[in-house]
Amino acid sequence: METEELTNELELVYSKPETLKDVPFHYCPGCSHSVAHRVIMEVVQELGIQEETIGVAPVGCSVFAYHYMNVDMQQAAHGRASAVATGIKRVLPDKYVFSYQGDGDLAAIGTAETIHTVNRGENILMVFINNGIYGMTGGQMAPTSLPGQITSTSPYGRDTADVGFPLKITELVAMLPGALYVSRHAVHTPNAVRKFKKAITKSFEYQKQKRGTCFIEVVSNCPSGWKMTPVDTIKYIEEVMFPSYPLGDIKVPKDENI
Amino acid sequence: MIRGTVIIDKDLCKGCELCIVACPQTSLALSKSINVSGYRFAELVETNCTGCVNCALVCPEVAIKVYRKAKGTKKVV
Repeated sequence: METEELTNELELVYSKPETLKDVPFHYCPGCSHSVAHRVIMEVVQELGIQEETIGVAPVGCSVFAYHYMNVDMQQAAHGRASAVATGIKRVLPDKYVFSYQGDGDLAAIGTAETIHTVNRGENILMVFINNGIYGMTGGQMAPTSLPGQITSTSPYGRDTADVGFPLKITELVAMLPGALYVSRHAVHTPNAVRKFKKAITKSFEYQKQKRGTCFIEVVSNCPSGWKMTPVDTIKYIEEVMFPSYPLGDIKVPKDENI
Repeated sequence: MIRGTVIIDKDLCKGCELCIVACPQTSLALSKSINVSGYRFAELVETNCTGCVNCALVCPEVAIKVYRKAKGTKKVV
């Protein structure tokens, strides 16, 4: 049967969301960034809040997030996306504001902004993409790199006696009273993507209630920085990343505690 | 009986093979030819696709459209 004939007969169940611009992504093959972009934009489309959403793009691989997301976007200085998002949310309190940052941005240069934004309990959603490496600049060691991980600035593996331990910033912000919903997800398998989408939907709904900061970490991959094929990164994420960065909700609103 | 199908935009595909690993029916494979960017792209090689959307969920390039047989027309005798 010809494809055209077939598609007339069948029902379209999945296609690119209209909230994503019709531009090919510049990311490396197999990068999790594009999956995270798409999931956030799918949620924006499903909730019908395209006109009310404002995103803040970071510095890093995802600096061009505003080329792909068809919502109002602002690009912030390195590490300051959460501070810029704070300003936007305070001026326009009825808009849905989210920041989208990588680990070099949120957990290294922007640690102060991140912690204080969550501590003030700003009503924003922070999406944190953690791949344990500085992908854009050539695979240098990040604060979230795992002990023993080989990067271009730690060719013999990360030595914890010299440079310390990986920074678990998600657990750190979960302790702060301003954090409402803190959760860790991944996008390496279809089910993980489904769970991540649910978490994003939940956080946009919490943002409407103005009760605190929602913080979602995505354990992601970097095939170019890790020097692996995209398929091998799935295995690496499961075997090496998950023991240090276990998935699941770290903090949920009190009335929903089980 | 065809239960579902996918249409892959071959020029968007970067050949990362994540959809091939995610497909429970192993209906997808890399092509022998290359696309405009020089990548071998994913294509549907079997007719056993169920339209489960797994491939589209993990596709980083949003290159996959999924079609499935409508539920109302399922029980045709």
